[in-house]
Amino acid sequence: MDVQGAYNAANHFLLKYLGISLFKALIVVVIALLHVAYITYVERKVIGRMQQRLGPNRVGPRGLLQPIADVLKLITKEDIIPSSVDSRWVFIIAPFISLVAGATSLAVLPIWEHFVVTNVNASLLVVLAMSSLSSFGVILAGWASNSRYSFLGGLRAGAQVVSYEIAMALSLVGVMMLAGSMNLVEIVKAQIASPFKIYAIPQIIGFFVFMIAAIAETNRTPFDLPEAETELVAGYFVEYSGIRFALFYLAEYFGMVVMSMLAVVCFLGGWYGPFDIPGIPMFWFLLKLYFLIFFYIWVRATLPRYRYDQLMGLGWKVLIPLSLLNIVITGFIKILV
Amino acid sequence: MEALLSKLVFLYLAVVLIATSILVITNRNAVHAVLWMLVMFFHQAVLFITLDAEFLAAIQIIVYAGAVLVLFLFVVYMINLRTELKIKNFMDFWPAAILVSIALLILIAKGVGSLKLPSPVGDMTPERILAEGHGKVLGKALFTEHILSFEVVGVLLLVAVLGAIVLTRRIRMKGEEA
Repeated sequence: MDVQGAYNAANHFLLKYLGISLFKALIVVVIALLHVAYITYVERKVIGRMQQRLGPNRVGPRGLLQPIADVLKLITKEDIIPSSVDSRWVFIIAPFISLVAGATSLAVLPIWEHFVVTNVNASLLVVLAMSSLSSFGVILAGWASNSRYSFLGGLRAGAQVVSYEIAMALSLVGVMMLAGSMNLVEIVKAQIASPFKIYAIPQIIGFFVFMIAAIAETNRTPFDLPEAETELVAGYFVEYSGIRFALFYLAEYFGMVVMSMLAVVCFLGGWYGPFDIPGIPMFWFLLKLYFLIFFYIWVRATLPRYRYDQLMGLGWKVLIPLSLLNIVITGFIKILV
Repeated sequence: MEALLSKLVFLYLAVVLIATSILVITNRNAVHAVLWMLVMFFHQAVLFITLDAEFLAAIQIIVYAGAVLVLFLFVVYMINLRTELKIKNFMDFWPAAILVSIALLILIAKGVGSLKLPSPVGDMTPERILAEGHGKVLGKALFTEHILSFEVVGVLLLVAVLGAIVLTRRIRMKGEEA
């Protein structure tokens, strides 16, 4: 209770004299960064276990300090900018565009009823806007590197993100219709008030489309064609090294966290749980979030990469019609019930 | 204090908007031009937010920055812009074009000089719209008052999409025959 009081006082002070909720934003960014660091560890451990390997186990007990060692290594490495880059400034800015676009969405995602950095009216649209911007970083990195592999990776990323974004936005339209709002806090409240408590059941088609489109949006296996290491070396970030290379990784994992959080908020009932855990109001939110992140890792360990034409065919011929069908069905439900 | 701050923000936005617009059309490097346009779209979105039109701001970013500009980038990548072309037919007219621009500038200056703000129509103030939510108000207006024009625009867009598909298919078929 005392912590809550101190937090409120500090937040109030900052809100009054700086006009922004800097304190909340700082907390969210720090916690998200820690999560991102340890998701890399969990990913390596889980995939290691799924492939009958041990995974990292040298740094610290059970390899728990591995992410910190990785960060230190990447920071101290030499930062190389190839002399033949097409445009030095674009080359430098590109990773930041990716990262900022990925991380900004955290500001509007409600972790708990009373914990959201800024509660804007159209917060769902803000998330969609930011996720549509993240493709710029990848496309520009591919172009600025002035290398064939990077360029192909950037082009693929552009085409993929633009086409899957449509399916993702359309799959969320059903949620907006059922909740009657574009505010994420209102959406969770509407879910708790609805008969099934979560929208994943009445919106099962939308949820399915969203999960696939979210994996494609974050460029992860089986849709990791932009960075397909067996054909494009590493895709759009071939020419990047040191901390700039790490920024792209950060952006990918931030994207994964943001997409999982959006899925929890829009389809899995946010902070709602079957019973309250005293003292930890965001317990259920985090549980659902960790499960979805595990799901991402699980998919990566299980499925092989799609071929490019299969990827585009799936996006345009299956997912977009399915999400349109979902909108029509939701409309009927709205009229009949 | 509040009024001064909002004026300063507007001044900053206006200056950046004009500067980036000029950079977009004068830049020799097409990709850089697209990037400046991205900066411009962002400032435009912030301008919408300062006018309490957050829905418009979000749509501005999703549609223009997120979709249209990515397609621009694709086009820029696909065509070869290494050499600069000067086509005589277009170059001959620049004195006339400048004359027309100056005439338009004078017209705009005259228009702005005698500008009178109209009295607000209807009972919706920006505060009330913000309280109810832009999406809701806009949706209600579109699907009740403007349903006919909404449907007409929908059909027109569908025709445009079908037209684009038909055009690309025809070219491919000709290529196969040859």
